[in-house]
Amino acid sequence: MKLKAIFALAAAALALPVAGADPALAQGEQFYPALVYRTGAYAPNGIPFANGIADYLALVNERDGGVNGVKFVIEECEFGYATDKGVECYERLKGKGSTGAAVITPLSTGVTFALTEKAPIDKIPLLTMGYGRSESADGSVFTWNFPLLGTYWSAADILIQHVAKKGSLKGKKIVLVYHDSPYGKEPIPVLQDHAKTYGYTFEAIPVTSPGVEQKAVWLQIRQGRPDYVFLWGWGVMNSTSIKEAAAVNYPRDKMYGVWWSGAEPDVLPAGDGSKGYNALALHPAGTVYEVHKDVLKYLHERGKGARREDVGSVLYNRGLINAMLVVEAIRTAQGKFGNKPMTGEQTRWGFENLNLTAARIKDLGMDGLVSPIKVSCADHEGARKARIHQWDGKQWVYTTEWIEADTKYLRPKMEAAAKAYAEEKKITPRDCSKPQS
Amino acid sequence: MGPFIEVVLGGLLAGVLYSLVALGFVLIFKASGVFNFAQGAMVLFAALSLARLMSDELTVAHYLGAAAVLGLAVGYGVVAAWRRLGPASAPGPRVGWGVIAAFALIGVAVAASFGVRGWPGWVAIPAAAAIMGLLAVAIERLVLRPLVNQEPIILFMATIGIAFFIDGFGQTIWGSGIYNLPLGIPKDPMFLLESVFDGGILVNKLDIFAAAIAGVLVAVLAVFFQKTRIGRALRAVADDHQAAQSVGIPLNQIWIIVWTVAGFVALVAGIVWGSALGVQFSIALVALKALPVLILGGFTSVPGAIIGGLIIGMGEKLAEVYLGPTLGGGIENWFAYMLALVVLLFRPQGLFGERIIERI
Amino acid sequence: MIYREAGQFKTTYRADQAVFPIPQDRVAMVLILLAAYVGIPLFASEYLFLAILIPFLILSMAAIGLNILVGYCGQLSLGTGGFMAVGAYAAYNLALRVPELNLLVVFLLAGGCAALVGGVFGIPSLRIKGFYLAVATLAAQFFLEWMFSRVGWFTNYTPSGSVAAPRLIIFGYVFRTPAEKYLLCLFLVTIAALAAKNLVRGRIGRSWMAIRDMDIAAEIIGIRPVQAKLSAFAVSSFMIGISGALWGFVHLGSWEPLAFDINRSFNLLFMVIIGGLGSILGCFLGAAFITMVPVFLNQLPTILGIPISTAMISHLEFMIFGALIVFFLIAEPHGLARLWAVGKQKLRLWPFPH
Repeated sequence: MKLKAIFALAAAALALPVAGADPALAQGEQFYPALVYRTGAYAPNGIPFANGIADYLALVNERDGGVNGVKFVIEECEFGYATDKGVECYERLKGKGSTGAAVITPLSTGVTFALTEKAPIDKIPLLTMGYGRSESADGSVFTWNFPLLGTYWSAADILIQHVAKKGSLKGKKIVLVYHDSPYGKEPIPVLQDHAKTYGYTFEAIPVTSPGVEQKAVWLQIRQGRPDYVFLWGWGVMNSTSIKEAAAVNYPRDKMYGVWWSGAEPDVLPAGDGSKGYNALALHPAGTVYEVHKDVLKYLHERGKGARREDVGSVLYNRGLINAMLVVEAIRTAQGKFGNKPMTGEQTRWGFENLNLTAARIKDLGMDGLVSPIKVSCADHEGARKARIHQWDGKQWVYTTEWIEADTKYLRPKMEAAAKAYAEEKKITPRDCSKPQS
Repeated sequence: MGPFIEVVLGGLLAGVLYSLVALGFVLIFKASGVFNFAQGAMVLFAALSLARLMSDELTVAHYLGAAAVLGLAVGYGVVAAWRRLGPASAPGPRVGWGVIAAFALIGVAVAASFGVRGWPGWVAIPAAAAIMGLLAVAIERLVLRPLVNQEPIILFMATIGIAFFIDGFGQTIWGSGIYNLPLGIPKDPMFLLESVFDGGILVNKLDIFAAAIAGVLVAVLAVFFQKTRIGRALRAVADDHQAAQSVGIPLNQIWIIVWTVAGFVALVAGIVWGSALGVQFSIALVALKALPVLILGGFTSVPGAIIGGLIIGMGEKLAEVYLGPTLGGGIENWFAYMLALVVLLFRPQGLFGERIIERI
Repeated sequence: MIYREAGQFKTTYRADQAVFPIPQDRVAMVLILLAAYVGIPLFASEYLFLAILIPFLILSMAAIGLNILVGYCGQLSLGTGGFMAVGAYAAYNLALRVPELNLLVVFLLAGGCAALVGGVFGIPSLRIKGFYLAVATLAAQFFLEWMFSRVGWFTNYTPSGSVAAPRLIIFGYVFRTPAEKYLLCLFLVTIAALAAKNLVRGRIGRSWMAIRDMDIAAEIIGIRPVQAKLSAFAVSSFMIGISGALWGFVHLGSWEPLAFDINRSFNLLFMVIIGGLGSILGCFLGAAFITMVPVFLNQLPTILGIPISTAMISHLEFMIFGALIVFFLIAEPHGLARLWAVGKQKLRLWPFPH
């Protein structure tokens, strides 16, 4: 009896995939594989970002009828911020659609590291906007990686520049509280380097994932009384840090988060405790921009949008920008290869020749939301600027103008790291001084 | 000296939180020999239920459903009390179910008539407790009863299945964001003895509150186990299943009660952890923090869970603050386990566990 | 009918002690191996290789290792992820620092390192038992995870703490395509399964099982618990270590300690229990169940064309997966392997059960 039930179950399970066919994508549509995390410990941060991407692509479809007539088809794959599941999702989605995946945006540094090995083989560009491997900004070695808008090394440099403006850092003490993963460790080399040149003492304190256990960290900070605390966290770690900082009375206005530690889900749970907390901003929050009006008009008023309350939040806007970069790269690529769905290789060319001027950004309805970007063969970062914003208890408020990372210092460091990687992996770097085909 | 005391105090108070989770484990292990891996998921589920019932963002069906569950629990209590107090006039099973159903309907009606959304704490907490009770009944019926008399490792595996289920189920019906628990628990720091030490000794009000709750909970549990009839039955079952059964203690009911009590403990732990961290998925992972506490204190001892929690909390915070910087930090996780391991080498059953006697 | 043993007489001890004493089993095994070595490489898609089959094979190997410890020797362990990490990082360092070594030797040595570490962390098992031991092995898990993220030497001081595996070259042959990688894993797993099967049939396996069934009684009849338990830890960690090295080199290509975190340990324990404690076949069944069912459930709505949100799919995946675990435990507490045995028993009589 039992046995029969089990066999029936197994047979049903096996029969199902045969019965239903994969909803094959129509020719002439651009497939976008979205690796998302809408569940699990990192869901509060993953959801608005995923919704931003979904909304922007839907907007392009609804408002413009696609990019040059090519509509987007999006398929999400939930990976819960786990590297191995992320790799499975990548393998699942990379071959779908008429051209296969044109780009992958994993939103996880761990998955980025894993895919950095796989993407060149599959010829799919990796868009890691504001995250990923810092040295991958060197496009001559990392042909397929595009850490557009800023890497963690740029972020660390910008933060140090900012606090140095407030008064000499000589003899000061800076503590980095970081997520104990490649993501959190990325800024350490730059902060250590700067400690020598600027003359501050530097200490890095790791927080084990997911980061709910920080009491000891903040007791150490209370005893050490650093002048500044930098926060390199993600998900629940951020809000816990701010709460614990409030619990030990560490002044929040001396805390600076990276741009992944400066969104609403990070500050809201701590309530009033997060007032005065600072973070880097790649772009502002808010819904006052043209693109948001379109999103509301074309999607949400017609009941086609994702979650209404996400619109305008920091991570939602980042999702919008992320999707915009994808769309523009494909548009650029179409300029060379024709108005049809782009393959990964063609999109890569599009990314490398992406040039978003201020005028173009205005056309896109993102004036004020994103700064101009120009990517080249050697420079896959495109722009390395950020502002600082502060949480006033209700919203994020800009406190500085754009700060640009110091290319003179960072570029040689990146090139050295990229060269070491190339030697280890036996990659011959491209010669970017020659025109690329 | 000041900082040292601060770390010790902070560690002890963190330990209280671990104890709260460990308590749930101990209760179930004692009564049914099940190593309940779903305890963490239960903490999350209880906290989510509470936080979401107190918010006003859900559909009406959620609140009405919860009201029905609350009514169901109240009705069940009324019928049980009736049977105890007046056995002669006690209703038969059919009438009993009728009364329970009536109470569930009353619950729905009351909820529907008094503005449904955003329940105050004094309604939401009993409702969450009732939901945990219903969960306990379901677990007993669907999982434990068919698996009775299986090996411990099989039951352990089954609770992992339960944990998966509850994780998915909780997020499905309550959502997967970060939610605040608006219970008005103070969170600001206090500074004691500022005249003695430079900067005073920092204590968080939330921690004090948690310690107080834990104290009350342990006292209530102690009274429940020592003084009530059900408590005595529970202890009898814990001592010897078969003997208890042969004197007429119904095992199935006892298991439901134990899982309900564990669900209640999970709710309390959820309130405390949820106030500290916000209610969200990571709360389910606190179960891992309770494991070293369990082996240190012994799987079968309530005082062991408390004292074990205090030792682990203090030990790991001291280690992290004073050894961490030299070793590179982040050592508290394994340090807790190492500490427990060292104790186990001397007492293989934990500090307060029952002595393991082996016979051939 | 199909599976009838009547008329098969064993005339030598050798025949009686064969790994597969029944001819039908031998035929079936040859067919399965043929399918695995020839059939699948011909037909499988890249996705099937990279996302399903390779992880399945590597984790089966780890499950075999763990099953030796848990299923055959009765020592509960939750340190599996840590031992896999030892294998992966040992292989990385060996390949990095002694580049002239053949990769197969590197894998074997990595397994050796894991065996050593496993032996050390197995010492508490001499005194601690049951769930106490399970939790105590978590000390190994957390300590090893911490060590690989903190001690720079293990990661060759890469700033991010993430290491990348070198190319897979064995005897001058570069394993590049998914099918080649799959065959490499399959080959190693076949050997591991065969070795395990033979180990557990022999003297050492019997001593493990005696310890599992009752260690005091085993001690009285002359089995040394120290040797038996530590050898189980060592052999088990050896296989787990090799699978860890494969996981890093073949499957991930680049990894950080988080790839071998506590969830990996739990996952492997699930595989062993669901598959069947004390069964080599069970390891494969359990690994297949735990790796493939979630992936399958996750894709089901897309395959059927049911429009459900991604989050809902994932929640449903959790719920159904949990319910399936409970269902299978209730249906057959001794695991899928036992279910298979029951099925075989029925096949003996089928289609005339009376």
